[in-house]
Amino acid sequence: LSRIGDELYLEPTESGLSLRAVNSSRSAFASFLFAPLFFQLYEPGSAGPDTELFRCKVHMKSFLGIFRSLPSLEKSVGKCLILLKPRANRLVLQLHCKYGVTKTHNLAFQECERLQAVFDTQRCASRLCAPARVLAEAVVHFPLTLAEVTLGTCPGGKISLRNYVEEEAEPSKTMVTELWLAEDEFQSVAVAPGSHITFCLKEFRGLLSFAEASNLPLTIHFDEPGRPVIFTLDDTVLEVHLVLATLSDLESNSQSPSTNGVSHLPAPSDDFPDDLESYMVAMETSEGGLEGPHSPTFPLRIPRPADCEPEEEEE
Amino acid sequence: MPFSAQPPASGERYALSASLDNARHLSSLLRAVHFQDHATCLATASGLRVTVEDAKCIQANAFIQAEIFQEFSVQEESVMFRISLSVLLDCLTIFGTSSLPGTSTALRMCYHGYGYPLMLFLEEGGVVTVCKINTQEPDELLDFDFCSTKVVNKIILQSEGLREAFAELDMTSEVLQITMSPDKPYFRLSTFGNAGSAHLDYPRDSDLIEAFHCTQTQTNRYKISLLKPSTKALALSCKVSIRTDAQGFLSLQYMIRNEDGQICFVEYYCCPDENITEAEL
Repeated sequence: LSRIGDELYLEPTESGLSLRAVNSSRSAFASFLFAPLFFQLYEPGSAGPDTELFRCKVHMKSFLGIFRSLPSLEKSVGKCLILLKPRANRLVLQLHCKYGVTKTHNLAFQECERLQAVFDTQRCASRLCAPARVLAEAVVHFPLTLAEVTLGTCPGGKISLRNYVEEEAEPSKTMVTELWLAEDEFQSVAVAPGSHITFCLKEFRGLLSFAEASNLPLTIHFDEPGRPVIFTLDDTVLEVHLVLATLSDLESNSQSPSTNGVSHLPAPSDDFPDDLESYMVAMETSEGGLEGPHSPTFPLRIPRPADCEPEEEEE
Repeated sequence: MPFSAQPPASGERYALSASLDNARHLSSLLRAVHFQDHATCLATASGLRVTVEDAKCIQANAFIQAEIFQEFSVQEESVMFRISLSVLLDCLTIFGTSSLPGTSTALRMCYHGYGYPLMLFLEEGGVVTVCKINTQEPDELLDFDFCSTKVVNKIILQSEGLREAFAELDMTSEVLQITMSPDKPYFRLSTFGNAGSAHLDYPRDSDLIEAFHCTQTQTNRYKISLLKPSTKALALSCKVSIRTDAQGFLSLQYMIRNEDGQICFVEYYCCPDENITEAEL
């Protein structure tokens, strides 16, 4: 959540404790809902006839500061108590540690409105579900500084991931990385063919690390460009949503092959060496259509027009 | 291997002369009190005491008993001078600060007397370095007049229990508040920072507490910036004794075991912060 926003919203509800964050440009929203069963004890308080359950927000840094060193916390802390005291204006976090030591933090909070992004996974035309590991291994090929990535569905059923290149970027100085994942890497695939969306990779990485660490499959719900993409994680005691805005088609026009000179290779045919489920082609951008340069490091077999020369085909 | 010093010129006697096989026995202790550039050294027959003060509110003393030294002789009743602690530490660690097992820097210290520089002869692996550090008129030192009869509250803790707490103190808080009481919360450390307040409570029956003698409930605040340097002494020590007197003066005494298992002490004295406002509990 700290990768999304500077403030942590806490909302205790009947169905559990919801922790949320939003970024400053309101283009990313995340919520973690911990069911009552996640806790040893969960008392959300009672809403009166005229009042809602209390909610508040605190500074992310102040909250995280309490859980500074995870390894030492795991060794020394037995129990954590969280108390919301509206009348005292304090959020109390109490850590019960080894040797009978108790650490009590009284954080100042601000009352706030309900933070909720508008989204509906039912309305999304496409849905993918994959183990977090598969997505993490795919995303590792992109530089940490990369802002946006485009996820697309290709004819042939493959799912592609490509870094998004700004229109203003100089073609000769840009590197394009694209990779394809086969359908069977995913636990489920229900996508509208030929669809693609571009979203912020940085904000996604935070959720991905969490998913990997908790070993949960990640579901991606998406629709047309411009409509938000929703990432979800589900567990018996935890429900996670990450909603990211996507570039609309108007903005992502520069992605089309002709305008920025990036040759877009078609997804390779299925008779590509079988020992590789997914693979990467790194290439320099170049002018011209589908005759992109061969990758110097990977042997490449691209479906070519009939007049290709034999020696250019490598296995 | 003991270092044999250059023999002093015949007939000359040094006011202070000492030898130490392992200079780290001195340098690590001095680091624990190094929060100001200058220190006052006092040498008596019992040993060496190095004192550092700040803001007329805090005083730290490092004690290295004569028994720690291979040779320690003081001609007069006491010898006292002011010296740059930063320079002294740089010289003591001139061969580097990493401690490889088996290697150590041998030290010989000589001081002629008032007005003379402090001479250090340091040797490691056959290489000798000679340092001359200028000395100054000693400052008048604060006397906290802290004797055991005036102690109101005293707790002895295993340092392990406090180390993390001191390292993670909320430095956005101006003060560190210490509560000691025969009743709950027994022993509490509190900070009041930008994020809010934080309290660290130690129950009197905690395994970490070796001795608990509290007669009166006392809550005192001390400037956190003054106490933060004591974290170094805490890190080196195995035990710490925390005592307060009727005026709220704080005494922290750290028991430090050196590489050879010998015991040395470092103590910190601190005045309570004058601007006392109602503590938030």
